[in-house]
Amino acid sequence: MKHTISILCDDKPGVMTRISGLFSRRGFNIESLTVGHTETPGKSRFTIVVRGDDTVLEQVRKQLQKLVHVIKVLDIKSTEAVEREHALLKIEVSPNKRSEVLQIITALQARIIDSSSNIWILEITGDTKSVNNAFNLLGDYKIVESIRTGKIALKRDSIGK
Amino acid sequence: MKNNMEKETTLTGAQALLKALEEEKAEIIFGYPGGATLPVYDKLHESGIRHILCRHEQGGAHMADGYARATGKAGLCMATSGPGATNLVTGLATSFMDSTPVIAISGQVPREMIGNDAFQEVDITGITIPITKHNYLISESSEISNSIHEAYYLSTTGRKGPILLDIPKDVLNENIKTPEKNNHKTNLEGYNPTIKGHVGQIKRAVTLLKKSNKVLIISGGGVVSSGAEDALTNFAKKYQIPVAATLMGKNGFPNSDELYLGLVGYHGTAAGNTAIQKAETIIAIGTRFGDRTTGPLKTFAQNANIIHIDIDPAEISKNIPSFIPIVGDASAIIEELDKQFSEIKNAELNRKEEEWLKYLIGIKTSRTKPADNSKLNIPLILEQLKKILKDPIITTDVGRHQIFTAHHFPVDKKNSFITSGGLGTMGFGLPAAIGAKAGKPDETVICISGDGSFLMCCQELVTSVEEDLPVIVLVMRDNRLGMISQLQDAFYGKRYNCCDLGSVVDFTKIAEGMGAKGIRVKTPEEIEPAIKKAIELNKTTVIEFIIDEAKNTYPMVTGNSLTDFIEEEL
Ligand SMILES: Cc1ncc(C[n+]2csc(CCOP(=O)(O)OP(=O)(O)O)c2C)c(N)n1
Repeated sequence: MKHTISILCDDKPGVMTRISGLFSRRGFNIESLTVGHTETPGKSRFTIVVRGDDTVLEQVRKQLQKLVHVIKVLDIKSTEAVEREHALLKIEVSPNKRSEVLQIITALQARIIDSSSNIWILEITGDTKSVNNAFNLLGDYKIVESIRTGKIALKRDSIGK
Repeated sequence: MKNNMEKETTLTGAQALLKALEEEKAEIIFGYPGGATLPVYDKLHESGIRHILCRHEQGGAHMADGYARATGKAGLCMATSGPGATNLVTGLATSFMDSTPVIAISGQVPREMIGNDAFQEVDITGITIPITKHNYLISESSEISNSIHEAYYLSTTGRKGPILLDIPKDVLNENIKTPEKNNHKTNLEGYNPTIKGHVGQIKRAVTLLKKSNKVLIISGGGVVSSGAEDALTNFAKKYQIPVAATLMGKNGFPNSDELYLGLVGYHGTAAGNTAIQKAETIIAIGTRFGDRTTGPLKTFAQNANIIHIDIDPAEISKNIPSFIPIVGDASAIIEELDKQFSEIKNAELNRKEEEWLKYLIGIKTSRTKPADNSKLNIPLILEQLKKILKDPIITTDVGRHQIFTAHHFPVDKKNSFITSGGLGTMGFGLPAAIGAKAGKPDETVICISGDGSFLMCCQELVTSVEEDLPVIVLVMRDNRLGMISQLQDAFYGKRYNCCDLGSVVDFTKIAEGMGAKGIRVKTPEEIEPAIKKAIELNKTTVIEFIIDEAKNTYPMVTGNSLTDFIEEEL
């Protein structure tokens, strides 16, 4: 079972090591991890996607909460949250495939942010499912390189803070 | 006012450190110097803090821990960068596993060298993340004071634990420009330990207790760390509830009391383990249900609803599902439990409660027998020790002698049984004893050790002698790693590989060579005079007991449940 965990914490040196170390020590593989500043100076928010059973997750949540710089830990259900991922894809497009690919790009609401002869860099934003979709569809062409940010998520209600 | 400010600005980082430690009422630093901490050593004499020079930083960390366990106050140790810092690691892990308040200060290479693999540079904050409650790499001298106050606060509140502060040498030398002054309690937004138990949960617990006839209390290490011994004793005696203990909770309830059933778990007593398996309701106080306590999880306390009292919410249902969790400080919760329970419970036991108690005490009594006095053995030594010294502070090392001590030395006074329960650190006993003596100079401190464990930190005899902190070490010499041979006996077809310690060591000479007194005891008749002599001498003394025929320590769980154990023949 996949879980999305959102962690609000103090932006202090080492906080990343403390958090990621806890996951590996308790036997969780992190699928993706994103971190960035928040609206409050000195506070960061992590969004971490992990796979694991509920009881172990509960233990990890409580252990995270024990870290001195961790302020709040939420297990976010996708039904209660807005989730986004961002991906960059570098594809090779031969001249005879251009119009085909352009159609797909429009359908996916992706953007071409760089192009030089037959190498294009596309940008895609959406929930994990639509980013997966994009990879599937473009998989028929030659993906030279790609990168995904991993999921970020915010709860819809006000108590998420 | 202006003058004051100016005065403050002339402090060096090292002076600010010592000042903050004094403000925290630190009395003793167990330390060992090196290049990176010399700025502190240079100013140490100006402070009122006593420095005790250990002979190995591991010893220093264990001393700080022993001091903390004996006094209830935070212990303090200090080491230099690199090897000094890494030598603290075993000690910090020991404190972490047993949740004891220790502050460790390590020197670090100057800031501009960090990350360059400088001489004696090691990433000690990285290394100790998983074995400290929190740690700091101080990057400005202005942070020192606040960080120290924060460290003491964190270490001694909530679930206690060790904190390490790593301070670069140039930060110690730097003059402080503007000392930071934060209120550390408000500064730590994410740290809010729950102290007071939830009243509704306590009420539910009381309702459950009212309905139960077979109640058992498990005293865990949290009873000791909360200082809840009196509250627990009062509660158990008032309602005549039997008490079993984890190794860490042995000191939570007077062991000579009729209600005390002994240890539970892997080396639990027949009475303690039977009680677990047959109880209807268990009040588990300050225990993390470690594997040495529960045995196989699947079969643990199958008939019981568990009321789990713990200050750490992460311990609730971690290993054993709890029926009624109560998060908070044990003393306060037990008192509230008593208050509510006394309103509905009449003083008399009903017939079923009486039977339960009689049944368990019956099991206990059937296993109680005087030690064999025909040959020199550990239970006999412990029995005689208790006759001579009613309530000394006992520290132990790790092995069979530790379990024998847990079974055969009843502990009846608070903070007087000090052992490495969670990490099982051989070598802990002697330095912990020295730390305890430093904190409680008027008490007699006895370390019960094995011939394997003692050699791991025996150099601290020198510290004991030089610093005039006399302790008595009883070395149970059986020429082997006893506990290892016991495991090989039970689980490896008696293939006693690599647990023979040979016989070249002369423990009395080690003692004499380090300025202590050495006594050898070979017969049961010599036990009493030897111990009495050591006490009378009031000097650090090692008594080497030549154990006739090394015996396994029983009971020991070998099967699938806590009542599936082997016992010594009666
Ligand atoms: C530092 C460390 N290394 C290894 C062990 C594993 N170990 C547990 S008990 C034991 C034997 C202890 O021997 P001794 O101190 O002579 O005590 P005895 O069991 O003979 O009473 C060993 C090696 C340990 N607990 N700690």
